[in-house]
Amino acid sequence: MAGSAPELEAVIGLEIHVQLSTRTKMFCGCELSFGDEPNVHTCPVCLAHPGVLPVPNEQAIRYALQIGLALDCEIAPRSIFHRKNYFYPDSPKAYQISQYDIPICGPGRLGDVRIHRAHLEEDAAKLVHVGESGRIHGSGASLVDFNRGGTPLVEIVTEPDLRGAAEAAEWARLLRETVRQLGVSDVNMEEGSLRVDANVSVRPAGSEELGTKTELKNMNSFRFLQRGIEAELARQREVIAAGGRISQETLHFDPRTGDLTPLRSKEEAHDYRYFPEPDLVPLAPTEEMLREAREALPELPAARAERYESELGLEAEPAALLAREPEVATYFEAVCEAAGAAAGDEARAVSPRMVANWVTGELTATLRQREAEEDFTDPTVPAPSLARVVALVAGKKISHGSGKQVLAALVEQGGDPDEIVEREGLAQMAADDGELEGIVAAAVEANPDAAEKVREGNQKAIGAIVGHVMRETKGRADGGEVNRLIRAKLGL
Amino acid sequence: MIDRGQVLHVARLARLRLSDEEVDRMTEELSGILSHVDRIGQMDLEGVEPTAHVVALENVLRADEPRPSLPREKALEPAPEPVDGTFRVPSPQAAEA
Amino acid sequence: MSDLLQLSVAEAAARISARDLTAEEYFAAWQAAAESDELNAYLWSLTDADVYEVEQGPLGGVPVAVKDIFCTEGSPTTAGSRILEGYRPPYTATAVRLLDRAGARVLGKTNMDEFAMGSSNENSAYGPVLNPWDRGRVPGGSSGGSAAVVAGGLAPCAIGTDTGGSIRQPASLCGIVGLKPTYGAISRYGMIAFASSLDQCGPLTRDVTDAALMLAALQGRDPMDSTSVGIEGGIAAPSREDLSGLRFGVPVQLDGDAIDSGVREVFEATLKRIEELGGEIAEVSLPSSELGISAYYVLAPAEASSNLARYDGVRYGMRAEVDGDLTEMYEATRSAGFGPEVKRRIMLGTYALSSGYYDAYYGQAQKVRTRIAEDFIGAFSEVDFVVTPTSPSVAFGLGEKTDDPLAMYLNDFFTVPMSLAGIPAISIPAGLAEPEGGGTRLPVGFQVAAPAFAEQSLLEAAYALEQGIGFEREVAPLRPWNGGAA
Repeated sequence: MAGSAPELEAVIGLEIHVQLSTRTKMFCGCELSFGDEPNVHTCPVCLAHPGVLPVPNEQAIRYALQIGLALDCEIAPRSIFHRKNYFYPDSPKAYQISQYDIPICGPGRLGDVRIHRAHLEEDAAKLVHVGESGRIHGSGASLVDFNRGGTPLVEIVTEPDLRGAAEAAEWARLLRETVRQLGVSDVNMEEGSLRVDANVSVRPAGSEELGTKTELKNMNSFRFLQRGIEAELARQREVIAAGGRISQETLHFDPRTGDLTPLRSKEEAHDYRYFPEPDLVPLAPTEEMLREAREALPELPAARAERYESELGLEAEPAALLAREPEVATYFEAVCEAAGAAAGDEARAVSPRMVANWVTGELTATLRQREAEEDFTDPTVPAPSLARVVALVAGKKISHGSGKQVLAALVEQGGDPDEIVEREGLAQMAADDGELEGIVAAAVEANPDAAEKVREGNQKAIGAIVGHVMRETKGRADGGEVNRLIRAKLGL
Repeated sequence: MIDRGQVLHVARLARLRLSDEEVDRMTEELSGILSHVDRIGQMDLEGVEPTAHVVALENVLRADEPRPSLPREKALEPAPEPVDGTFRVPSPQAAEA
Repeated sequence: MSDLLQLSVAEAAARISARDLTAEEYFAAWQAAAESDELNAYLWSLTDADVYEVEQGPLGGVPVAVKDIFCTEGSPTTAGSRILEGYRPPYTATAVRLLDRAGARVLGKTNMDEFAMGSSNENSAYGPVLNPWDRGRVPGGSSGGSAAVVAGGLAPCAIGTDTGGSIRQPASLCGIVGLKPTYGAISRYGMIAFASSLDQCGPLTRDVTDAALMLAALQGRDPMDSTSVGIEGGIAAPSREDLSGLRFGVPVQLDGDAIDSGVREVFEATLKRIEELGGEIAEVSLPSSELGISAYYVLAPAEASSNLARYDGVRYGMRAEVDGDLTEMYEATRSAGFGPEVKRRIMLGTYALSSGYYDAYYGQAQKVRTRIAEDFIGAFSEVDFVVTPTSPSVAFGLGEKTDDPLAMYLNDFFTVPMSLAGIPAISIPAGLAEPEGGGTRLPVGFQVAAPAFAEQSLLEAAYALEQGIGFEREVAPLRPWNGGAA
């Protein structure tokens, strides 16, 4: 053994294609279609007849600006289109109109990952292979459907900042949610409105240089993305461990078999002969366009999570969870607001952190037991009601367990929290109520061994006495209070 | 200037098939043209902006309003091989031995 | 030959408008004339069977011959190529629709160099066009058919396209007027692309007034063409009486042994005529224009190589029958469908854009282009117009230059710089001259170029000069519509 191999770290970058949900195509007025009969949304322009010319879709530009702003990108004051030349039946002009060295969006950031650039381009048509391909000379054909050809795309390229497959999939989910909330795309991986390719390489840990990267394509779910990257990382590590070198290639991951197979490249020499598109004039986003794009941005997940953490004191995980679901987040904020507006000491005891725990914890669990999916814009438990439940618990008017009961009742039948407490007799036994003291005294007497152990220093033994009290009070006593009373009774 | 190998490479990029005779002729003709065209290399153009666009226009855009598409029959009418509403072409896969 | 054929477009339109003449009568006269095409100038023209509907408008009743590079819905459009044989576009070019809207009608589609690549109309897949002045000679190109029909009495006017001189040069060789407007003045939508940043539609007519009338109808911003702007203020019929107060610059660089002596004589004589009309002649310097051909023959083929890649046999046009795979189909189709000049330019253009060569060729040529444009701007601060011979020679013999592509390219020497700069230029017939080596005298064109969007003043000056030269008076007996042999 010559010595152990240096540890290899993963270096991953993502290339994301987002299909924009405009009404018409990028360069012509044909409507975007989904699942229609082939070739019913075409025109001389997107069929690349002789003499036609492209004219850019204004809405696509606006959507691209929104994406760029959401990713904190530098917006280029002037960007141009380029032709990317290659022959393939899904590319009717035999060039794709894209952006090359002067894209509309420059460097930016989303979460922990830096964005390298984002640009506009048009989607290719759809090619369906039929018949036997490969084996018999001349047989095998493809059928082309140009409905999709010309759909506006924004291509987002990250820096290779990701260090693992799970991290990459998680970040991809964040990106998806961010773009979804902009309302500029369906971002559905299965339908193809979101496509994620990964550039994967490894290098000795601590090294600054980049290893040779391979490109993984055609993973159409976040899970497959993760597994594909995992598989490729494993493969690369194996190759290097065996003394081999990684060759730059494009690979297809088959999730069923776990196999990675090299893909045939479209343009053998990869010489796209880029040159500026003479049929289109430059884009120079105006102050007004930028302002409108900025105003169109909702509060996005990353910013919202940040706000929840820093301003509302939430912990990272619930903050991220809520931030990813805007309807739930809005509900959460409504509950906080209702609690803040309510009168009484108990209301003042409510913190956003508590509300977050109730919303993401108990409420979600209770709702999940029902058949139908909850619509938080029309919630089963109105915000003021949940706020009241949380306040009652925070103010020790009812126990946490009782709170759950009230919530269950609210979900089941609705009603008023205080009335439910009254009706079910859930009011917490007051600590200075003689009744509780009496029950505590009786419990201590009924558990002499436990009492002895506690006096001797065994803290855990108090549980038996607490349990006795809880049973007697049907859970209406506050656990902390009971503990205190028992210890007081034991003279500790 | 330009040699046979380059001519064959360029022909492949351009999806043109040239006979041997054509390759020879093309090599000679292109070399002649390129020797004239190469003059542009003699000019010192450091710092000169290339003209990407002749008209000084920006932001010429189109409203996101649908325009009628071609009826499918019309779209497929000029097609050399229309099949079931699609354009049929030989498979991109090269024949394997 | 009908007397009606003697009317200029402006005259005919005026008489039709005044109800002095019916559109049907006028059109029918031309329909008949078009049928007697012996120059191979038309690829097709309307027959008796085709019905013409009368329309009002500034060009009401006027038949126009249209270069077969403009898409005309439902009727054959070939761009002079085998690869589009039988192709009928599903739409009509904006320029043609505008003529339509002005009341004009398409009389026929004219022959042309394949995909507009050529200076002699010998590159057509449908045979060469003959020059009406001498049928053993070329009419020029690539709008050779359009020039020949006008000069040959087969149409009162025509439209063509000019990328490096393809309207002006054939106009010069055929003794008619040809105008290349400012890039962006006329929509390119529906005009089969050769070199996108250079192609422009323009009229070929008997006189400057007709050219103005057609330009007025053709110019304008088109929402289907992002690069179109139109001409602010529109175009009015020219009326200038002399050239007093105007300065005409002769570029010192655009000179040389390559100019035929006869052409030089006519050029010098025209300069004198300008002075007689009150104009001033000055020398200007366009240092980069000497590299015009070199830059042009990088840029135009480069854009063409990309524009012509769509001819792949997939969606329309010719497809070669092959037993092989997709690549074989592409290669077989394109190799059979394109002629040698087109292949040559596709190769040249692909090479100029290819990896490792872009900076030296395409990138460098774009910089030369900037310099050429700057040269003109500089010149126009000293003079109102720049003038040159349109072509270094008169019409040459069929087959004379087909063996040497480079020699053919040099025909564009005077016209290419204006194309690269995007500025308007007109060629008007200025005289007749013997070809180098002797023979019947043939037309010589005089080119006048103006700053961008200065078409009105260009037409005014050209009109005054045209009247002053009196070419039409001199050649009237030779004109086919006057019963002449030409």
